[in-house]
Formats: sequence, structure tokens, C-alpha cells
Amino acid sequence: MTTPLSAPLEISFDYTRSLGPVLSKFMTALAERRILGSLASDGRVCVPPAEFDPVSFAPTQELVQVGPSGTVLTWSWQPEPREGQPLDRPFGWALIKLDGADTAMLHAVDSGSASRMSTGMRVRPRWSESPSGRITDIICFEPAAGEVEAQPAAAGKASATTMITTPVRLHYQHSASAEESRYLLALRQGKIIGQRCPACGKVYVPPRGACPVDGVPTTTDVELPDRGTVTTFCVVNVPFQGQRVEPPYVAAAILLDGADIAFQHLILGCEPSAVRMGMRVRAVWKPPEQWGTTSENIDHFEPTGEPDAPYDSYAHQL
Amino acid sequence: MTDVAVVGFAEAPNVRRTGGTTNGVEMLVPIFRQVLDQTGLTRADIGFWCSGSSDYLAGRAFSFVSAVDAIGAFPPVMESHVEMDGAWALYEAWVKVLTGEADVALAYGFGKSSAGDLRRVLALQLDPYLLAPLWPDSVAIAALQARLGLDKGIWTERGMAEVAVRSRAAARSNPNAQLSGTVTADELLARPVIADPLRAHDCAPITDGAAVVVIAAGDRARELCRRPAWITGFEHRIDSGALGARDLTAAPSAAAAGAAARAATVDIAELHAPFTHQELLLRDALELPDSARISPSGGALAGNPMFAAGLARIGHAARQIMTASAGRALGHATSGPALQQNLVCVLEAR
Repeated sequence: MTTPLSAPLEISFDYTRSLGPVLSKFMTALAERRILGSLASDGRVCVPPAEFDPVSFAPTQELVQVGPSGTVLTWSWQPEPREGQPLDRPFGWALIKLDGADTAMLHAVDSGSASRMSTGMRVRPRWSESPSGRITDIICFEPAAGEVEAQPAAAGKASATTMITTPVRLHYQHSASAEESRYLLALRQGKIIGQRCPACGKVYVPPRGACPVDGVPTTTDVELPDRGTVTTFCVVNVPFQGQRVEPPYVAAAILLDGADIAFQHLILGCEPSAVRMGMRVRAVWKPPEQWGTTSENIDHFEPTGEPDAPYDSYAHQL
Repeated sequence: MTDVAVVGFAEAPNVRRTGGTTNGVEMLVPIFRQVLDQTGLTRADIGFWCSGSSDYLAGRAFSFVSAVDAIGAFPPVMESHVEMDGAWALYEAWVKVLTGEADVALAYGFGKSSAGDLRRVLALQLDPYLLAPLWPDSVAIAALQARLGLDKGIWTERGMAEVAVRSRAAARSNPNAQLSGTVTADELLARPVIADPLRAHDCAPITDGAAVVVIAAGDRARELCRRPAWITGFEHRIDSGALGARDLTAAPSAAAAGAAARAATVDIAELHAPFTHQELLLRDALELPDSARISPSGGALAGNPMFAAGLARIGHAARQIMTASAGRALGHATSGPALQQNLVCVLEAR
């Protein structure tokens, strides 16, 4: 049994969202260092504002200013801050009921230590130097004894905030399956291995871990040649981020000789218009000193010049 | 209405970390084998398959599609997926059987919680405008709920510790449990808080795992299982996603689902309570009788594979019926922060 390969994987992307009428007003006010709540039909003030009335479910109509100070209803302590959180030193999380509000908002409290947190404590917001219309315009809350001097309002933005972009970055340790690991380790030796299903006898490349027909692990290694037949293909004309080859170029499904499933690779070394179903192709490997545990060891496939494979030899793949 | 029963259940060992992929195939292949062997079914007998899992947890797109390899899905099978705990996949499967679309259905859930930083990944289930940008820690949110109950005197730190003591003792007879053993409340209370007021024993461990449940209709269920666990109530409800707008010391959605499923008359209840205080809260919300045994498997505190632990609770509850250890049993699943969403499945022997 091969020890599975694993490697750190970072995934990052931005979510861009429209705010809608209520949250747009809320975020626009934050940019002016003001906090708004929604007035519900039963007279309660919801902060953050509810987009729909919590009792009648009608769209929220009226927003009112609250706070800026408030009272901690409950709290917990974050001894080791995590990536993306409001503060990079230990801090409290709290549900805070702002003055004039009937519901609480979640935010961080910069109290310095857990011993300075308590239910019922008074807090006030610490605003960003340059608020821009997002929840993090409130950097955090901080303990506030007695009367609070209001921080000066910010000029705000010339136009309403209607969209927000939230960056997301997540970290994983990504593991290949034992079967995929054998395939990747073989590629480092310049070999392509598939695995045969013990039940139906089909050869899968890359090995899949489980036969999709029989649902059993694929166990027997089969070394495959680095040549095969184009079963189908497409001409890529569209540029995209991370593209390695300048369009137009061909991405094809290639059925290696002896395999029962096609895998995808590039066809270069000829005009895209010359690529056709049934075309015989062979792998063009990168120099061995560049080989790693990756399918990129094969730079691309190119035509062999052999006569095309007969349609019937790959028709069942389509 | 069609009678539907649970006729099979299996789960993967609950462990802190597996070496396998995040698409769950390595955990699923053996438990599919187990559940088919239990029931004498073949894969071809399964009329509908439904899975619960999460791409955020897996760190890859369409991880559930790769998981389908474990089914052996060629020729094509009737299959569906929910981005939720497998308990909700079972609900979909149950509806499929009720409507006569299938007479045997299989639901599964899987999660490799160890692949990423679970406490950050779970921030992505929160409101994306007001909460997720702050990356609230999932344990900290549970701690806010715990303190509200402590401050109000609804539960105590000792009562919470006793939940952990009972969970670990019960888990000694569950070979798949991650945490089990003999501890006392005094020992646990002497340990430090990790997210004030929560201590480590108050929080479910981070767990990799998978679970599978097979259901069947009427006579088919009687053929497949000597003592099927008949589903008499299956309900799920949800509370507001605005954390500060609801009373976190109550779980109205659990209460409503429990009342609709007639939860109050069960012999045992397998509760999906990832935090000790949530078990105490759920016992009240579901109005469980004092005589009811709680989570004889050890519950989620003994192992909490994301997207499988709720389904496993229903499986363990059904097993109590199938092994004649209980006459009426309840399986519960939760989803979202601070018990936001709750599902209750009540099963009985006939």
C-alpha cells in the first residue's frame, strides 16, 4: 500500500454580492460612522436591520439610528485569533445590544483580557480611520465606562454602498487517494500506470480508487503506453486566468492504448483544424530533470502520423 | 400512507484524521459493503441514493460527484445530494419512498473535517454580509450560547460536565467512538477553559467519518430486516440566521420539529448536540421524558463527523429498535450555528 501523497492547498476567491435596499442603507450609514436598525411592525428595533419584518414578513420600510454604545448580553473569549478575525491579539466575542435596539449584534470586544469581560458591560464602537461601507468599518468594540463621547461622524461616501466584496481564503491539507498517489509517483519515473477493476476487468487511468461500475477498489497496476487515440476534442478559443497556452488550442479526450477510459490533455504540434476524432497521438514529455509527481510531466500530446483508428475502436467511449 | 422503515445502518470509525481523500470514497466503500451485507441487498436493489456533504469542508468543487464512484454508478443510478448533514439526505430519500419512486433507498453522509481549519470553514455558513466577514469562530459562537444559559441559571458548568461524563461512559460500548472512557465531573471541571466558558470536554472533537442508512417500504422492509425501525415522524424546522435576534437559550425549531414528530414518548434519544449545553437545551426543547436514555452511542460529543453525525444519530436510534433494545427511539440532527436548524426522526418497533 502506497502512503498517499498530500500537500497544502490554499483556496481563495472573492464573493461579490449586491446588498439590497435595507443592507445598502445600513452599510452606507456605517461609512458615515452611524449605525442603523430596522423598525419592526411590533415596535421593536432590529440591529443589524432585518430585511423583512420579523412579525409580518413585509419588506422593511423604516430605519432608525441607534447606539453607538451598547451593552454586552453574552461573551466568549478568543485566546488565539484566527486569520481574518477583527483583531490579531486575544479578544472577546460578544452579542451587543446597542442603545435603542431590541436585538443584539455580534462583534469583537478589545478588552485586553478575559477578566475584563463581563455580561452587562458597556462598550462603544472603535471605528475604522477610513470607513467604506462594510461591517468591518467597526474595527471592534471597546469597554466604555460612564458617558461616552461620540466619535465625529465621517463624511461618508458620495454615493450609496450597494455592493460588497468579501475575500475568502481557506487552507487545507489536500490528500490524493492511495491509487492516485501510485499514479503520480509513477509519473515521476516517466511511466503512466492505470489500475484494473478486479470485478469487470476495465483499466482506469488515472486510477480512481473505486470502479464506477462495481464500486470496488481498483487494485492491479497496469503500465500503459504513452500513445493513444483522440476520442473527442474541443478547440479552446477563450482566454482565462492561469492559461498556459495561447488560444486557439485543442483540449482532447485521449484513450491510451490498453485503457478503458479516456483522459484529458492538450494536442499541440499541429493546427487545431487538423485535429480529428480517431487521430493517433503520443505524449511529448518535459525533460526528465523537470519531472515531479504531476500530470504536467507530459507537456502535451502530438500527432504520430499513423493512420487514424477506426471509429468502432473508440465509439463506445463517446 | 406508505409505511417506511430503517432496515440498515453502518458508520465508519470516528477518527481525528484519516489519510484518505476529501471525497470520502475510502470511508464509504467499506460501510456500503457492511450495510448491503446486513440487509442482503445488492447495489442494483437500491432505487434511490442521496448524499450529504460539503465542498467547503472538502476544499474542492463537486466532491460529492467523486464520492459517487463508491456507489458504482454505472449504468446510471437515481441519485441526489444535499449540501447538509446526511440526515437531510435521508429526509429526501424518505420522501422518495413515500411517493413510490423507490421501494429501497440509501442515504449517506461523509466529512473529512480534518482537511481544513474547521472553526474557520464553519464561518462560511453564517450571514455573508454581517457575520462571515468577521470570521467568527464556531466554538466561540457556541460559547456565547452557553454563557447565556449559565447566566440565566438554565444549566450549570457541572451539569454540562456531567453530560460529557455520561457521553464518554456510554461510548465505551461503541467501537466506532472517537472519545470514550471513565472520567468524573470534578476532573473535567479542574481543566482550563478553551473558549470561555467552554472547556474541551464541552465541545465535540474534530472528526473524520461517514455514515449510511438504508430505508425500505412496507413488505420490502419486513423482508430485509427481522425488526425494522418504522418511521412514525420525520420533521425539520429552522430558526432565524440572525444570531442576536433569537433567544439562544431556546431552540424553537427543535421544539416544533419534536412536537410534530411526537418526540415526547420515546425510550431513547440519540441527540446531535456538538456541545454539552446543547444536549441539555435539546432535552427540554424536545420535552423528552426523564426515563429516556440519552445518546447510548455516546452522541456527537464522542465523535462528530461533519455532515454524517446527524445521520449516524438516526442510524444508532434505529439500531436500538432493530436489536430490540428499545420500542420507540428518536434520532436528531442539527445544522447551522447554535442549533439553528433541527431535524427529528421518530422510529418504533411493530
